[in-house]
Formats: sequence, C-alpha cells, structure tokens
Amino acid sequence: MTEPTADRETDVAAADREAEAVTADRETDAATATGNSEAIARAFADGPAYVPYLAVGDPDYESSLEYVEALERGGADLIELGLPFSEPIAEGPTIQGAVVRALEGGMTPDRFFEFVEDLDVDVPLVCMTYYNLIYQWGDAEGPRPFVERAADAGLEGFVVPDLPAEEADPLRDACDEFGLDLVFIVAPTTEGDRLDRIMSRVSGYVYVQARLGTTGAQDDVSDHTAASLDRLREYDVPKAVGFGISSGEHAERIVEAGADGIIVGSALVDIVAAGVESDRSTEAVADQLESLSRELVEGADRGYQARSSVADSR
Amino acid sequence: MNPADPADPTPVPGETDGKFGRYGGQYVPEALMPAIEELTDAYERYVLENQDGFMDEFRRCLREFGGRPTPLQHAERLSDRYDRDVYLKREDLLHGGAHKLNNALGQVLLAKYMGKERVIAETGAGQHGTATAMAAAHLDMPCEVYMGERDINRQRPNVFRMTLNGATVTPVTAGRGTLKEAISETMRDWAGSVEDTHYVIGSVVGPHPFPAMVRDFQSVVSEEARRQALETIGELPTDVVACAGGGSNTMGSFAAFLEDERVSLHAVEAGGADLSIDEAAGVAPNSASLYAGEEGVLHGARTKLLQDAHGQIVESHSVSAGLDYAGVGPELAHLVDEGRVTPAAVDDDQALEAFHLLSRTEGIIPALESAHALAYLEDVAGPDADADAGGGNGTADQEADALGETVVVTVSGRGDKDLETVIEETADRDIDGAPDMSAFTGGI
Repeated sequence: MTEPTADRETDVAAADREAEAVTADRETDAATATGNSEAIARAFADGPAYVPYLAVGDPDYESSLEYVEALERGGADLIELGLPFSEPIAEGPTIQGAVVRALEGGMTPDRFFEFVEDLDVDVPLVCMTYYNLIYQWGDAEGPRPFVERAADAGLEGFVVPDLPAEEADPLRDACDEFGLDLVFIVAPTTEGDRLDRIMSRVSGYVYVQARLGTTGAQDDVSDHTAASLDRLREYDVPKAVGFGISSGEHAERIVEAGADGIIVGSALVDIVAAGVESDRSTEAVADQLESLSRELVEGADRGYQARSSVADSR
Repeated sequence: MNPADPADPTPVPGETDGKFGRYGGQYVPEALMPAIEELTDAYERYVLENQDGFMDEFRRCLREFGGRPTPLQHAERLSDRYDRDVYLKREDLLHGGAHKLNNALGQVLLAKYMGKERVIAETGAGQHGTATAMAAAHLDMPCEVYMGERDINRQRPNVFRMTLNGATVTPVTAGRGTLKEAISETMRDWAGSVEDTHYVIGSVVGPHPFPAMVRDFQSVVSEEARRQALETIGELPTDVVACAGGGSNTMGSFAAFLEDERVSLHAVEAGGADLSIDEAAGVAPNSASLYAGEEGVLHGARTKLLQDAHGQIVESHSVSAGLDYAGVGPELAHLVDEGRVTPAAVDDDQALEAFHLLSRTEGIIPALESAHALAYLEDVAGPDADADAGGGNGTADQEADALGETVVVTVSGRGDKDLETVIEETADRDIDGAPDMSAFTGGI
C-alpha cells in the first residue's frame, strides 16, 4: 500500500507494478489469494478504498444511473452493483426494500447488464447478487454464460452472499476463465480451517463482515471488526469492511483499525429510500449520495493517516 | 470429478456434504456456516450415533408426550369406494394434531443437547409453529415463531395456540406474507443470533444437515406404518400416498419404504388453480415445485423451485397454507428424478372435495394438506376417474391403474385449523355433500 494522498489518481503505472508484484507473490504463496482483475487491485493500491453499494434499478433505471455516477463523483474507488433477487436472505430491511422497488421497476439480469454498459464511470464494478440468478442465466446450464456476459459488459468481479466457498468452484472457474474476481465474505464467526479454506479461494478482496446479522446502517461500529481484521492480518489480500458503516467517523475508525477499504450499502440506500418517500428530485438525491460519499472518503483518509502516523512513530 | 460441472454430484472430500444427486448442499450466508457446521456435528453425534442416549430420549418424548405410535387404520368406506384396501396413517392423532411434532421435538431436544438458549422457527399453516411452541414449552426453551401476515390471518387458531404455549409470534410483512418470506426472515434472525439460537426448520428443506435430519426425525411415520402393515396386513402395502409441500410429511411417510422397491410411492402436490407459471405477474397459481418447478438455489439448497426464466422466485399458491411454498426438499426432488417417487398434483377443488368426503364418510376431518393426498385416490380410483387418465387438472401419468391393492395414505394432520378457510372456500364452490353454512352466522 502506498501513502494516503489527496490525489487518488496517482501513478497508475506504479499501481500496475504493485499489482503485478502482488500477483507474483500470490502465485508463489499458496496462503495468499490470487486476483484476476487489475482494476480491482488498483482500487486498493492507493490508500483506503471506498466501496459503495446500490441496488441497480432502485427506484427506476434512469435515476439509478444518476445515483451510481454520483457515487464515483463522491470518490468511489470501486462500486458494488446489486442485481436484485427476490429472496435476499443476507440483507436487512433497507436493502430488501431497495430490491423490492427495483424488481417492481422491472429490473432483470438482462437490464442489469445493459445498465452496466450504459454507466459512465471509470472505476471497477462488481456485481453483488444471489447464486440462483447467476446459475439460471442463459441457455446453457451453470454459471459460465452469466460470467461471460458480465465480462462483456465490463464487470470486474462478483460478491455472492449465499454461495459459500465450498459450493463456489464452478463460478470460480468461470471467473478465472474470463479474468473476473470472486470475493468471499468473512463473518465474525469465521475462524480456523474454515477461514483458511475461504481465504485460499478468495480473489480481488475479502469482504469482512463487521458484525453478525444482516446488512443495515448502524449507529456504532462493532468490536468484531478489529478482531476480524486481526485474524485476517496474515492473508495478503485487501480487506474491505462492510455491514453497518454509515458515517465518516465509522469509516475513520474502521480504516484506523486496519481495513484496506470500507463497503457502504444501507446508508446510501437509505438516502434513495428517503428520496422515494418524500418524492425528491433525482438530482437532489444524487447530490446527497455524493455528499455522504465525500464524508466517508474523508473519514477513511483520516483513519489511514492516523494509522500511518502510528506506524511511523514506531 | 469435473468441478466446473454442477451436475457432477461428487462432493469434494471433507468439504461438501448433504448432496442428493445434484440437489442439496449448503447455500447460505457465511455468518451461518459455523452454526451449520456445529449443527452437522451435533446431528452426526446425537442423531446418527445416539451419543448421550439422545435418540432414546427422543423416542421416549415421542411416546410419552407425543402419543406415538399413531394407528394405521383400515378405512372401510374409502376401501369400498376405491375398490381396494385403503389404510390411513393417522398422524392427525399425534399430539398437536399433525406430524410436525416429530421433527419439532427432535430439533428442540437437539438444541438443548447443543446448549442453545433459544429456538426460532417459521411457519406457514401454523402447524410447525404450533408443534415447535409445544415442544419448546415441554422442554422449557424460549421460542419465537415467524409467520407471514397473510398466513396469520388465515390460520388464527394456530396463532392462538402458539401464544398459549408461551411462544412469541412475529408477523412477517415482506412480499406476499407467506411461508417463503417467513423462512427468509427467520434466516435473517438466525444470522444475527447463531451463537445462542437454533433455527428449527419445519421441513426437509434448507441447507445440509436439515433435509437429512428432518427426514430422520420424521421417518418414525413410515417405520411405524411399515411395521404396522406387516403386522395387520401381513405384507407390505402396494402403495404409499402422501401430500408434498416442502416434503417433511412425504419423506417421513416414504423413508422406511425406499428400499422396498415394489412399494410405489406417490407424492401429491398442490396443483392450486392451475399448473402453469405466470412469469409476467411473478405468480404460480400452484405449489407444485416437482411438477412445474425448475432446478435452482433457494433457502440454502439446490432443489426444484417455482421460478421465472431469470431465476426470480415466484409466489406460490395453494388453498392449503401448509403446502404453499415455492420449493421442495432436495431429497424428494432427487427421488423423483430417479423415478423412485412418482409426483402427482391435484387442484384446490379436488382437495376441498376430498376434505368433505373424508369428514363425511370416515368421521375424520383432515388437514387441507392431507386432503390433497386423499384427492389423489379420488382422482385415479374414484367413481368418476377416467379409465385412462386422471381427472381435474391432474397430471398425465395419474392413470387409473396407478394404485395397487393396498394403499397407505398419510393423514398428515387434522383439519381444525382449516375450518375457517374451508367455510370460505366451500361457499364459492359446488361441492357434493358439503354442509350449507348459510343458515349460520358468526365465526368459529
């Protein structure tokens, strides 16, 4: 990792070299993860990564495009795009509501891919969805057609909350074939052999679940986070912490605790939901998303600086 | 093994378990995996190996608290009507009025052996919730039951029974407010409470070890029926018929007969109003996952599901809340693929007619779920059955000679819980012999 800097578009060539070095390390060390997407490696190579999530199509296709683009203006380094599934069992009420709005608005996997192609953003995009949608897409059986289409559309990876590492080989193989990453979630309860098993299969980054339960913005940041990051310290893959982050202060504390990135979903979806409820303009909602994004990025940078100065003083 | 081929059922040694052919597995959020591993370990030790005498205590509970064994009754009028010997496996006589107690007792007892401090459950018709609440009260364990708002409205007596037994009933308002949403909500609770809570899944669905474990707890039904058939008939039955929603009654009724290849096994699903799927509306007017479903992944397992072309799960329908689910147990899906179990479907009208028929002719008011199994008899062997094919919206292979000479039908539960539904639904239909309630006013 390089020093944090106000200029987040620093030397891409250096980042590339670092990514290559990381890849080389991974190839020689079985305990470290492999990464397929250079764009994702770059997102984590330059200070703490801000990884926002929105459900695609919430509340409608056009607004959703505006909202995702606002996230990039707010400083997103990588964006998780939620492809809505009717039974989102890992999600809390906030994202569940977004999924319902998006599905009622006619979102489908085909529309999702069109959305990705219509987006005007430069940061890497990761698809977050449930396995049944990946498995069912296309005429051929299995996940390969979906992954091929995702690669064509320009996606860089997947997060699939209901697909544990043990069941993930077919998707992982397809991801490897098309150069995409497959991110796994590590929970506070994930330890020992199970942690090793997941970390031996993860690529791109690991999604560190900050607390038990489902997604949802919280007023405080769980103590589980530091313990989880400690357990993951030996694994050479970026660690992005999610579940419950809703303010710059949360972001600061999480990055200070050692996170390489912060994943924020429900706090952003709350803004979209409030906009729907109070019938606010798309522009006003987009501005708010951009504004919260800036707050989160600034918090994350403060946390990184604090962490770096502690390291320097040692 | 080719790991890229999901059709290859060969598990990775020591990693993946709980596969039934291409179905089953463990598709759940990571936060639940340690709990599932802990449960798998407990299942293997206590249920499969009888550690600490767990199974002995389970069987004692079933006997003393549950009232097992339940009778295998020769049904005289039905035997005359269908011109063959019809036996009823009377799970309606189990404590609580349904087979659900077998599994609920097993899981709540297991939760105690595991040192858990709380159980949660979901329920559709309310029978599983009631059974879990009863078992939890009996075994002194706090219990919370999630139930779809729509199901709460159509199954009020069971809601009251759960509350009487000290359980907290939590309404689920998401989606259409039925079992599918209640299961998702219970999984969410579990994801945040795994350390001290056990999730008592109500059917042979969900991630491994649930489908195998629930089958084992329910297999007492077929173990008894098999033994009772040998004692009273002197031989095995030619056929076993059971209704299939999630499939716990089905697997419980079939498990001990699986190796008896000359016993035909018939799983009767809820054909609802129609066996099609309306993809535009996201609705299946049936709950016939074995028939109308396609392979997919839901609630922790790969199985047959009612879904649209994109893989979104559609809303199911049945006049019977207990069958109203968009999926089916993975083992049952596998047994159908293998040809060991024959699926069939009867519609809402046929089920209601069978409900009235059994009540009138045998003095047994069956659960609407069980009425589906009974309706299958009428469909293929009743006075109006087509000589070549089943009537109603029954399925093509429901042929008149589908049944042999001795048929065991599981009456999975009693119909008290369904009376309000039956009054309402019967009023809209012309059902032979149904009581005319128009002279009476007021609710039950």
